[in-house]
Amino acid sequence: MEKEIKSGLVVFLFFTVLSGLLYPLLITGIAQLIWNNKANGSLIKLNNKIIGSKLVGQQFRNPAYFHGRPSNVVYAGNKSGATNLGPTSKKLIEETKKNILLIRNENKLSSDSKIPADLVFNSASGLDPHISPEAAKLQIPRISKVRGVPEEKIQKLLYKYIESEQFGILGSQRVNVLELNIDLDSLALR
Amino acid sequence: MFKEIVFLIIFLIMLLILALPLGGYMAKIFTGQVTFFSRILSPLEKLVYKISGINENTEMTWTTYTFSFLIFTFYGFICLFLLQGLQEFLPFNPQKFGPVRWDTALNTAVSFVTNTNWQSYSGEEIMSYLTQMLGLTVQNFLSAASGIAVAIAFIRGFTRINTNTIGNFWVDLTRSMIYILLPFSIVLAFVFISEGMIQNLRPYSGFQTLEGGNQILPFGPVASQIAIKFLGTNGGGFFNANSSHPFENPTPVTNFLQILAMLLIPVALPFTFGILINKRRQGWAIFSVMLILYLTGFAISVYSESQGNPLLAKLGITNGYMGTNMEGKEVRFGIIQSVLFAQTTTSTSCGGVNSMHDSFLPLTGLVLLFNIAIGEIIFGGVGVGLIGLLINAVLTMFIVGLMIGRSPEFLGKKLEPFEMLMSAVSILSMPICVLLFSGIAISTAVGLSSLNNVGPHGLSEILYAFASPAGNNGSAFAGINANTLFYNFTTSLAMIIGRFTTIIPALAIAGSLAEKKIVPESSASFSTDVPLFVWLLVAVVILVGGLNYFPVLALGPILEHLLMYSGVTF
Repeated sequence: MEKEIKSGLVVFLFFTVLSGLLYPLLITGIAQLIWNNKANGSLIKLNNKIIGSKLVGQQFRNPAYFHGRPSNVVYAGNKSGATNLGPTSKKLIEETKKNILLIRNENKLSSDSKIPADLVFNSASGLDPHISPEAAKLQIPRISKVRGVPEEKIQKLLYKYIESEQFGILGSQRVNVLELNIDLDSLALR
Repeated sequence: MFKEIVFLIIFLIMLLILALPLGGYMAKIFTGQVTFFSRILSPLEKLVYKISGINENTEMTWTTYTFSFLIFTFYGFICLFLLQGLQEFLPFNPQKFGPVRWDTALNTAVSFVTNTNWQSYSGEEIMSYLTQMLGLTVQNFLSAASGIAVAIAFIRGFTRINTNTIGNFWVDLTRSMIYILLPFSIVLAFVFISEGMIQNLRPYSGFQTLEGGNQILPFGPVASQIAIKFLGTNGGGFFNANSSHPFENPTPVTNFLQILAMLLIPVALPFTFGILINKRRQGWAIFSVMLILYLTGFAISVYSESQGNPLLAKLGITNGYMGTNMEGKEVRFGIIQSVLFAQTTTSTSCGGVNSMHDSFLPLTGLVLLFNIAIGEIIFGGVGVGLIGLLINAVLTMFIVGLMIGRSPEFLGKKLEPFEMLMSAVSILSMPICVLLFSGIAISTAVGLSSLNNVGPHGLSEILYAFASPAGNNGSAFAGINANTLFYNFTTSLAMIIGRFTTIIPALAIAGSLAEKKIVPESSASFSTDVPLFVWLLVAVVILVGGLNYFPVLALGPILEHLLMYSGVTF
């Protein structure tokens, strides 16, 4: 028994250093060399200033931009998480009603119009960078009106940003809201 | 639907292509044979033995093996507990996080050394990079390696004759680490990073967003931890949102690889088992049982989830296309691949999540809860999953023995009172633990005050909050506020009971079986590698699980399902 106590301690310390320091630091070092941008969060710069990460969604309330999904952490970034409301929760139903109403009002839709699910439900991370193509299309008339840009032009831009399933089967079709909005701004300059 | 079926078939084929050779590779590793990687890795293995004074040919009795396992787990616990308390004085803490609250630290330490990775904290809000690496990543490795070691020792119980030893814990552990977990993690971490998962040591960065708001991005050595999080079926997230966080699971490809990685070792182990006992068909039979339970659960979940929530459908929501329940799910994964992730993480005892289990529809939640509550035996955690199912097989053979009127045996080993006692301890501890703690929680104000949902869904939240730690799973119906003194204590206890009542009885059975001779098969023996046995074992698993949990499941998810369709809300 005494021998196991001693040997065990050495084994424990050895693997602690190996898998807790050498392994992560080795991976970090190589990652910083080969995939510098990706390993540091796929950050996007505009005029030499960081304005966000390609992977992390942002809060958009300005009617001139495409809006993302409702977020339980208001896209804070240093927090993450969901509402965790269950399917029979009164609160979930009230919140969803509110979200549907908001979207219908913002986009001047009729009171029996159908709204894509992702646009009214909270994401899991609270930082979802994507919306479905349908959820983006619904917003085109509003953006066109606010910006004074013809709908066709915005639609063309949107189609450029629809990502399909990886290898045709992985995940689902989506639009990166931040990237689309950055390009939307440059559309006005063109 | 076509896309989903193609996806599922490709997924299963890829899984087998990877797991079959791995099963053979592991069989070689643990019998000390030379493999392709030996030349590079064996000097490292020898180095461990040299510095720790271990003779790799020394064998242990089951009691010494158990003692070694326990003392090793204890070292991990102490180290992890202290790291969390002292992190403010240590390097790699750019956010200057103070000490973790003591009950949270205790819960986290128990959680990670037991391979549970139940988390009552938000990683990005309280854990320094050093704690994540030197504390949490290390236990991701070591708890998994211990699990594999114990499974191999358990298998030796069936292969050995007239001996009282079942291998050497340090050797099994070292081999798991050096030949399996470390090299696989390195490869997987690089693939993850190439897809956009982060890996750095920078302080969090704040900036102005495109619209002019503020955002702070958290960073950290994420990929290195996430690789072993899945390979070791640990499941502890670097961030609060776990694998739904874009930095922890950036693309559908990383999502797919995470699902594959959690299944890889648990699926390979039945084949390792088949090779080691020299009956490959037996390995396939065990694998078949797991696959049947896995796919059945998946089919029910997909059906349930694609129905959408009837209470919300009438408000005017249109689907993407596989249903409308996008609450708590990410667009890039979609509904089906969120359900597959959930089914896999609850089957394998991993516990990582890419969508919020609390917000799944009631019948989906029922399946997830059932997967965990039957004791994590559908593939299960690395090592312990195989053990759990084999113990159910022992029970099955006991029942078969009673039915055909012969003294029960399994793989030529006679099953006697000691084996049955240990099997019963192992199988019954889980429901006793889950039901007892849940009972305490629902009858005390302190237990109920943590709930995020009320009504039958509240009961499901509490049930899940004890099933998951007791099954060493670690996922949650995360609405529940588990970071209270009451839940930190009770779930810690559940994790300890869950882990040790799987492993200690298993080692005791192994020790006892190794001493017995192998009765040669005769025409009167009941074959255990045929479809009849497979279906019997499936039936025993469902029956035992059903008998234990049906009453409480009827009051939780089943009642919620019925009320949801009659329009009742809470």
